[in-house]
Amino acid sequence: MTDATHNPHASSAGKSGDDGGMGYLEKLPRRIVVLYLPLAVFVFVLLFPFYWMAITSVKPNHQLTDYDNYSPFWVVEPTLDHIKYLLFETSYPGWLWNTMVIAVASTVLSVVCSVLAAYAIERLRFQGSRMVGVGIFLAYLVPPSILFIPLALLVFKFGIYDTQWALILTYPTFLIPFCTWLLMGYFRSIPFELEECALIDGATRLQILTKIILPLSVPGLISAGIFAFTLSWNEFIYALTFIGSSENKTVPVGVLTELVRSDVYEWGSLMAGALLGSLPVVILYSFFVEHYVSSMTGAVKE
Amino acid sequence: MAVDADHTSQGRTPQGRIPRGMPAPAGLLERMMSNRHFLGLLFMLPAAALLLLFLTYPLGLGVWLGFTDTRIGRPGIFIGLENFELMWTDTVFWLSVFNTILYTVVASILKFGLGLWLALLLNQHMPFKAFFRAIVLLPWVVPTVLSAIAFWWIYDAQFSIISWALREMGLIEANINFLGDTWNARWSVIAANVWRGIPFVAISLLAGLQTIPQSLYEAATLDGTTPWQRFRYITLPLLTPIIAVVMTFSVLFTFTDFQLIYVLTRGGPINATHLMATLSFQRAIPGGFLGEGAAIATAMIPFLLSAILFSYFGLQRRRWQHGGQD
Repeated sequence: MTDATHNPHASSAGKSGDDGGMGYLEKLPRRIVVLYLPLAVFVFVLLFPFYWMAITSVKPNHQLTDYDNYSPFWVVEPTLDHIKYLLFETSYPGWLWNTMVIAVASTVLSVVCSVLAAYAIERLRFQGSRMVGVGIFLAYLVPPSILFIPLALLVFKFGIYDTQWALILTYPTFLIPFCTWLLMGYFRSIPFELEECALIDGATRLQILTKIILPLSVPGLISAGIFAFTLSWNEFIYALTFIGSSENKTVPVGVLTELVRSDVYEWGSLMAGALLGSLPVVILYSFFVEHYVSSMTGAVKE
Repeated sequence: MAVDADHTSQGRTPQGRIPRGMPAPAGLLERMMSNRHFLGLLFMLPAAALLLLFLTYPLGLGVWLGFTDTRIGRPGIFIGLENFELMWTDTVFWLSVFNTILYTVVASILKFGLGLWLALLLNQHMPFKAFFRAIVLLPWVVPTVLSAIAFWWIYDAQFSIISWALREMGLIEANINFLGDTWNARWSVIAANVWRGIPFVAISLLAGLQTIPQSLYEAATLDGTTPWQRFRYITLPLLTPIIAVVMTFSVLFTFTDFQLIYVLTRGGPINATHLMATLSFQRAIPGGFLGEGAAIATAMIPFLLSAILFSYFGLQRRRWQHGGQD
């Protein structure tokens, strides 16, 4: 699978010999109409909401809705009032902290469980491992929106309602299947011979896992980790259902339920909240674009 | 890879903690630790425990709850098919089924069409290709709820930027009531869903496109084919397996969507945009009728099963095409 996921590099590297394939057959005006114009429209539509989010979050209140005197697409005298309001007069910093703690904890928990499970399924090949593999794939297809009602009852029964544990323990239900599936692909690409050598030398399975398999699958671990982090950062329905008190909320739930007051929508601070809440995953994404792409396509392709 | 292997074994040998030669099979524990079946189960234990407790058990519990009259704070008793009979005569439920199917079908078709188009564009040779690919994925990375809030502001009844821009261009007279009118609201939430879904489809299909050998296109060009023929007879057949899988995932996630509707309309106006997931939430959590909510969620399972079967056969076909193992 490593081969499959790194194919983008491989094929682009392979193509660089005959630069651009048959692109030279096309004339420039045709390329503008067929390629650059549609691409520009796509990029504009896909990015405009972010621009609108950003520009709204720095607009002073009187410019927000006054489209006649101020161009809505630009801002005169940008202000940080909305962000200051968020950080100092609401529970926003607490929500950020909660989300961070929950995302990191559930990611670590899921990746550890997934490494062991993927190694067992892919390499130990115990009796019934194939069926367990299929089961893991099916578990990946179970959506949170049919699980949240019974899970709410469970969470209540265990006495973890309205605590971070409620989310740390339930997020792995969608993280473990995903990470296991991804890591199975990575482990499959590591040659059996390495393991056999170690076995002959008398290494235990745990030693093989920690000293041979894991160092060789670092890219897979990073992919699984950042992807799991993003998924738990973005999760909404469990966080909405299992958390009651304002100070325990996560960013997506907090912004939606606490910043929206009955009549007056404070669009400036809402947009600032959305922007700040997106930043951590966007920054993470910008550092690991390739891993994101490979984990996304890898999970689909296997 | 060979270099890595050497490196690893060299790095390990000097530690010398592992005794040379066959370790004597001492105690029962040691023998079990070298049995791969036992070890496999041991390694599976943490993942299996979490999944059984928080996934398999709730799945069964959810179906069971559908046959009870459980409410928040009050354990229910078995009432047979009563919830489902109630749903059968409930016009709001049927409206939500209609909405869910409309939402899923229209959004999936649009996501597929536009996503494939974007993938074909990004597959062309051009400057800053990696950069374009990176920013195109952004809508998918950002938390749905937060981007939905941005859409909420874009769809504002009074200060919508779209209404304003269209008014400035002289295309419309009055503001568009995006989320207040039945059909406008439906199209608006579909548009937001498509916006978020395109990157996933496009990037996944792009990965599939890049596995198609360039030489096929060159050969076909020499044979005098048109671009449409090359697309129809080379790209599409070779891409079909991955399209099947990507679209199954896309359909699955669209069908069970909750966040977007919850942020933009909460099912309104007058239940016009309620999906089965949002209706189930509304009945169960704010409404308190856990049994009824669970019954609605259970009613989604047949649809999901058909999507999964579709995916399963898509995967089979792919393995067969690659002549792969098992």
